[in-house]
Amino acid sequence: MEQTSQRFLDNATEAIGDKARAERRDMLALFTPIIRSAAVDAFPDFDEARAHLKAVRQHSLDHLDHYLARFESEALANGNQLHYARTPEEMNSIVLDLCQRHGAERVIKGKSMVTEETGLNDFLERGGLTVTETDLGEYIIQQAGETPSHIVGPALHKSPQEIRELFLDKHALGERDLSATEAMVAEARTVLRDRFLGGQVGIIGANALIAENGYSMLVTNEGNGDLCANLPQVLIVCTTIDRVLPRMEDAGALLRLLVRSATGQPQTCYTSFYSGPRREGDTDGPLETHYVLLDNGRTDILAGEYREMLECMRCGTCLTHCPIYAAVGGHAYGWVYQGPMGSVLTPLLTSLEASAALPNACTTCGRCAEVCPADIPLPDMLRDLRNEENRTGLTATRWRLGLRLHSQLARLPSLYRFATGIGIRVMHLLGRRRGHFAHVPGAAGWSRQRDFPAPQADTFMRQYRARQKAGAGDE
Amino acid sequence: MEQQGGQSPAQGPRVSLFVTCLADLFRPSVAWAAIELLEQAGCTVDVPAAQSCCGQPAYNAGEYDAARPLARQVIEVLEPADYVVLPSGSCAGMLIHHYPRLLEGEWRERAVALAAKTFELTTFLTEIAPLPAGDGSVTTAVAYHDSCAGLRELGIREQPRELLRQRCDVEVLELTQRDVCCGFGGTFCAKMPDIAAKMSDDKLKDALDKGARVLTGGDLGCLLTLAGRASRMGHDLEVRHVAELLVGDTGTPAIGEGDPG
Repeated sequence: MEQTSQRFLDNATEAIGDKARAERRDMLALFTPIIRSAAVDAFPDFDEARAHLKAVRQHSLDHLDHYLARFESEALANGNQLHYARTPEEMNSIVLDLCQRHGAERVIKGKSMVTEETGLNDFLERGGLTVTETDLGEYIIQQAGETPSHIVGPALHKSPQEIRELFLDKHALGERDLSATEAMVAEARTVLRDRFLGGQVGIIGANALIAENGYSMLVTNEGNGDLCANLPQVLIVCTTIDRVLPRMEDAGALLRLLVRSATGQPQTCYTSFYSGPRREGDTDGPLETHYVLLDNGRTDILAGEYREMLECMRCGTCLTHCPIYAAVGGHAYGWVYQGPMGSVLTPLLTSLEASAALPNACTTCGRCAEVCPADIPLPDMLRDLRNEENRTGLTATRWRLGLRLHSQLARLPSLYRFATGIGIRVMHLLGRRRGHFAHVPGAAGWSRQRDFPAPQADTFMRQYRARQKAGAGDE
Repeated sequence: MEQQGGQSPAQGPRVSLFVTCLADLFRPSVAWAAIELLEQAGCTVDVPAAQSCCGQPAYNAGEYDAARPLARQVIEVLEPADYVVLPSGSCAGMLIHHYPRLLEGEWRERAVALAAKTFELTTFLTEIAPLPAGDGSVTTAVAYHDSCAGLRELGIREQPRELLRQRCDVEVLELTQRDVCCGFGGTFCAKMPDIAAKMSDDKLKDALDKGARVLTGGDLGCLLTLAGRASRMGHDLEVRHVAELLVGDTGTPAIGEGDPG
């Protein structure tokens, strides 16, 4: 997918100007935290569960080589085939090759952010295949030719009216009444049912890989993942190498936090574990199953200072709690992942050059880290990325110069007091009658949207010194 | 560290006030109010002369190299104190949480030692040196803006409300989205002004919808941002630091408002 992260500011201004969508985002920003809080508060020891999972995730990443090898041997023993992909292109080629080897033309897919990362759908379609997204939200944006605006709710930006018009336009089903939401859902179900039955290869993602038994885990609310996994003769699970957990019980620990954080449910409607191809005596299931495990820079992330980011479980709660995501929406971030987690991941998975605006799209308010079920210090990471931008010359010189000059001056308190004393007195004299300035030279960014409050008087430090001197004189 | 000057009960806690650069430059009345409140709570207050800025603007912009020497300087200036108090949650959070993260070795140890005796003003006045009840009352409707750093890094939520109740006999109006950022974020509001304006508008609308006439809070960064936007949009809303309300100073023009005299 074409990356537009560098146009974040323009994307954002445009998004803020779209009043109807802005209103939808405001509603989401208001209600989703309430729903998440209700779920978390009803769970007796969320913090303890979070600390436990953190330890498990850290352990599994510390020993990723071991657990990945264990997963591999168990998955092979279950009859699966494994493929490793270093790059997005490798993953796409492996998948296309598997489809072609089976003469498949029709692919059905469950929701997978990893395949968004690799641009798999476009690649397969260029290879002559028909790909159908079967998660309702993902299906909607596929029909609309859009990209996900949220990693869990890809079509959250679209209003029911937009979806209604989209269906009337895309589904050649004649005159019909889609005024009720139920009617739209029923129509999508009807259309998708045929696709499910005709699918020759199913592609799904994974929320976790379990080392001790070689299973993968997937949560959905629509059951589409199970249909993609079980109806076609060939199943391909596309995921990344960092998803491995040691034991089944760790998957349980993950589920408790993931689902509450993602949707506010205690459990999703479907929680599935996939072991491998149909065994003798099984009445259904795929005849052949493959895992394609993508690296795409994750080995480097594992070795670097942003390693905790690999603990992210893709619940999306940092998005809906982020006031900047709420203000601008997911598309402004200009790539696959959005919000705070996207602002960390995008520079790591693409490049800091291509996404330098994103680490700055943060007020370090800390709300994301507060709710993150993986306890990832997202604001600290974003600040560290800003530091990296400074060190690698990606920050505008005027910002760097200004802040460095200010710090230099602040290190010399007497000179600082003298210099600020002059500046503040001038500003006070000029501004005291109105109390503010509409424009201040050198503060164009601030003045664009707000007045600049005038200093109240002389600086406090000068007032204080004068008072102390006067006091000493009295004695 | 040696106890400075022997702390007798009559003398009360000895407090070094770190004024913060924004109070120093833009709103000295906040610093005067802080001194008055601390003295009313029985503290002996001094204002070390060699203070300027805690380094937060540079730090949050990722200019760690520029922030580090400032942090070391602040530690040197403040570590002789028994207690350090700041009328700002984010600056207090900078000293308490971020200096130890920014510095290494011996300096980190010194930062941790300083953090242990550093407090945000309203926390200090509720937990360490309780402020005597006041007879003042604020009759206008007051909404409180919880600044993010104070709220999440230092757990400042009930302290200012309790003080406003005791001292001013006022129950604050609670904002619907009281744990959401106002859009300040240091250099953020100048780097991304359109997004910041949207966030400030949400906060101001929240306060106005609740019927607030005064919007108060514990961090001048947020308050200057909100006052600047309220002024630009022509909202009828006074923005004041909580320390000013607690000393009953409602005569000083509110932030961003003119002095007709």
